[in-house]
Amino acid sequence: MNKTVNQKAWFLVLPVLALVSFSAVIPLMTVVNYSVQDSFGNNQFFWAGLEWFKEMLESERMWNALWRQLAFSAIILAIQIPLGIIVALNMPKSGFWASFCLVLMSLPLLIPWNVVGTIWQIFGRVDIGLLGYTLDAIGIEYNYTQNFYAAWITVIVMDVWHWTSLVALLAYAGLQSIPDAYYQAAKIDQASRWAVFRYIELPKMAGVLMIAILLRFMDSFMIYTEPFVVTGGGPGNSTTFLSIDLVKMALGQFDLGPAAAFSIMYFLVILLISWVFYTVMTNMDKRDGV
Amino acid sequence: MAKITLDNLAHSYSPNPSGPEDYALKQLDHDWVDGEAYALLGASGCGKSTLLNIISGLLEPSQGRILFDGVDVTHAPTAQRNIAQVFQFPVVYDTMTVRDNLAFPLRNRGADAAYIAKRVQEIGAMIGMEAVLDRKARGLTADAKQKISLGRGMVREDVNALLFDEPLTVIDPHMKWELRTQLKSLHQQFGHTMIYVTHDQTEALTFADKVVVMYDGRVVQMGTPQELFERPEHTFVGYFIGSPGMNVLAAEVRGDRAVIGGQEIGLGRSFGQPKGRVEVGVRPEFTRLGAEGLPATVKRVEDVGRHKIVRADVGGTEVNVILSEGVPVPADATRIAFAPEGVNVYSDGWRVAPEAATPEGAAA
Repeated sequence: MNKTVNQKAWFLVLPVLALVSFSAVIPLMTVVNYSVQDSFGNNQFFWAGLEWFKEMLESERMWNALWRQLAFSAIILAIQIPLGIIVALNMPKSGFWASFCLVLMSLPLLIPWNVVGTIWQIFGRVDIGLLGYTLDAIGIEYNYTQNFYAAWITVIVMDVWHWTSLVALLAYAGLQSIPDAYYQAAKIDQASRWAVFRYIELPKMAGVLMIAILLRFMDSFMIYTEPFVVTGGGPGNSTTFLSIDLVKMALGQFDLGPAAAFSIMYFLVILLISWVFYTVMTNMDKRDGV
Repeated sequence: MAKITLDNLAHSYSPNPSGPEDYALKQLDHDWVDGEAYALLGASGCGKSTLLNIISGLLEPSQGRILFDGVDVTHAPTAQRNIAQVFQFPVVYDTMTVRDNLAFPLRNRGADAAYIAKRVQEIGAMIGMEAVLDRKARGLTADAKQKISLGRGMVREDVNALLFDEPLTVIDPHMKWELRTQLKSLHQQFGHTMIYVTHDQTEALTFADKVVVMYDGRVVQMGTPQELFERPEHTFVGYFIGSPGMNVLAAEVRGDRAVIGGQEIGLGRSFGQPKGRVEVGVRPEFTRLGAEGLPATVKRVEDVGRHKIVRADVGGTEVNVILSEGVPVPADATRIAFAPEGVNVYSDGWRVAPEAATPEGAAA
């Protein structure tokens, strides 16, 4: 059969191309544009080359924000993933209470970021907040606006409260897909509870857990609204994560050049870490297949 | 190894069973003799798997007791019963190697490492997977996985019983035959009590010493394959076992005479005056086409190689006749006669035993 060559099909791609250009490529290129120029207002721009990138790489401020950010992501992953699995394992498998739990679990996920921030901001206040007042009343020194540890603990507990449900729901979905026969066979084989978890439940959840880790990493690495509303990045700079710092630089100080260079490096770091995650995951899959 | 006794056992999946129709397993008393191989045969949904899961402890019965060698285990968890069970669909531990899969039940019991290694090697050889022992179980085909499941079931030597729940469904026919032979030789070698659930009569008849036929949550007959063939206790057994199954015709029976579709025939033996819904059952092997017997119309003839099956119609009921190979269908095939020794009479589905031989005509 002769195939007629018809390149008109390319036109079908045009709408997507236009959409992606306007929504992603052009804004991104604007940032790239800013990052290699200097401006003194009045819309006057001067070529700066890689000057801003050099400055940012040498900037202690950016490195500090990066380490804080990595520490934050590591801590919330270390809490949310195991906690989410434990919650999922203890949820009822079916019936009214299963649905009830699911609804209850999804509630925090439906609350807008800045509302979550506001809730915790008030909740933690020593004068009117239930949590802050109670802690203060029983003699624990707690003030997230002044104390470094209090600020970190508040931000972390808030994130755990907000997002553990997501991990739990994903893990629950993974658990639900395990046929009863596996549990029955494990009983026949006289497997311990730990062995059931290690050899049946964990392998079956592995796929969704990988997605959960990736999602939680990316989201936590880009976190802005909640800590901004609660602590505003303080006390000092102790909860100034990457995006809070970036906004301060770009909008607060109007240092467009350095902020653009910062953005690009920020983007590349997320891309790099996500790529490493993805590669490690897919390789783990392949190795098991052999 | 143990004798398994079912005492007054019944099970219903509904919490408040109101009548017998709510029971998946109707009241049952039964002894599974130590060291015998049983096949549990029946159509889907007749309660076979329910019974198996009650024995292994995956299900707790609504009433009655289960005893292993006289010890009540009704409420004992599965792990304490030391039972091996193989399910219809393969269950393997994906992240483990084949070797670890086979060793898993032994390790859970804290067996000695050297013994585990030796035993796993033996079982690996038995299921023909020695070459892949160190592969991960994940990438294997369904029948390889099912062989692992079977291997895991057989790896413990001291089990009280081996239960199989239609284990060969996913395995291809050639391998099926081979595995069944291996199971049988395993049984002869070690003498485990084995219960093998299946809906395939060939599988049941070739595997077991005793076949237990279940119908509608009830055990309708237990016996050797020959007993099931010659004297089906229930019309279901007659219909379910045999290929094709027994012919069953509604009849009126008076002593040694039966009236079927207005025609009277002699039965050769007296069956008294059975009450209820009376039927006459004759296996196709005991029927003859010719000029005698009940009027019949031949519908079609199927040649299945070793013999021919003639599908005929007798007063609206289909009747099958088996003709040996090479015997032509007679040209005057207008009637079907039954060999007296092959005739069974059923009342409400259950077999009516013939009366002891009486002088000719005494029943009249």
